[in-house]
Amino acid sequence: MNRIAVVTGAARGIGYSISRKLVSSGWSVAGCDVLEDDLMAASGKLGDAFSPWILDVTDEDAVKDVSGRIEKELGSVFGLVNNAGITRDGLIMRMKKSDWDIVLNVNLTGAFLMCRAFSRLMLRQKEGSIVNISSVVALLGAAGQANYVSTKAGLIGLTRALSREFAARNIRVNAIAPGFIETEMTRELSKEVREDYASRVPVKRMGQPENIADAVHFLLNDVSSYITGIVLPVDGGLTT
Amino acid sequence: MSLETRVTEIIIDKLGVKPEQVTMEAQFDTDLGADSIDQYELIMGFEDAFGLRIDEDEATKLTTVGKVVEYLKNKDLDN
Repeated sequence: MNRIAVVTGAARGIGYSISRKLVSSGWSVAGCDVLEDDLMAASGKLGDAFSPWILDVTDEDAVKDVSGRIEKELGSVFGLVNNAGITRDGLIMRMKKSDWDIVLNVNLTGAFLMCRAFSRLMLRQKEGSIVNISSVVALLGAAGQANYVSTKAGLIGLTRALSREFAARNIRVNAIAPGFIETEMTRELSKEVREDYASRVPVKRMGQPENIADAVHFLLNDVSSYITGIVLPVDGGLTT
Repeated sequence: MSLETRVTEIIIDKLGVKPEQVTMEAQFDTDLGADSIDQYELIMGFEDAFGLRIDEDEATKLTTVGKVVEYLKNKDLDN
């Protein structure tokens, strides 16, 4: 069984780790990202089972075009992982509307466009599994991240709505809420902030991208065939 | 096979309804029990069977069997 999955934000961090896990488990991965150099580097490391697709998920026409070409070149897509995300942090009093808009566009509208494009294909083949990468901040809140937190909570709503639309069509839709994971995004934080984060996690350490990749692999595969519409925290006990 | 017969067969296959239910006047939702996603799949079924693409604005107007037949007749299908 050589199933095909599309992963957005595949060039770095959690998206790269998800792609690596899927490739090592025998999947073919269409890795999408706007970061061309990083994506090519990822492609070089992951080999032929990983195909790089330069894609801005906020570009409606590009999503339509790329989804069609992926289907044509690789075949029926079984899995979709909406992982692409950005931050533009700031207190709400100082948050520019442009910072609100761009985070919403990438994190939430991008996932909507990808779900729309690929659900049509999944409906046709009568099978599929979608995993949206939310965040613990959607459940806990986070100061200075009104835009980011809103999108991650929005992804939970999107997940639940779509799980209902497709439940009887053999297409599952789930979300994962990662806790504090060591990635390029969190490495930008100061050492003190990261140590503070880690101290607040019940297991007393930050998570690794591989922890998220394992959860994605579980939710994409048929071993989780009776699970749809859930939000799975992978957070070292942070939200318990 | 007439266009009406082909359309009727697709509807029976997709919705699991009885042939006698599929009259030209039958509404997909109230008469044939199709929910919105059933209707979406029906449109996909017509697209595949007749080799055309029905855009969303037109698709939402195709609420009865007769409207689908009429729509397809006006498309001058080759097959």
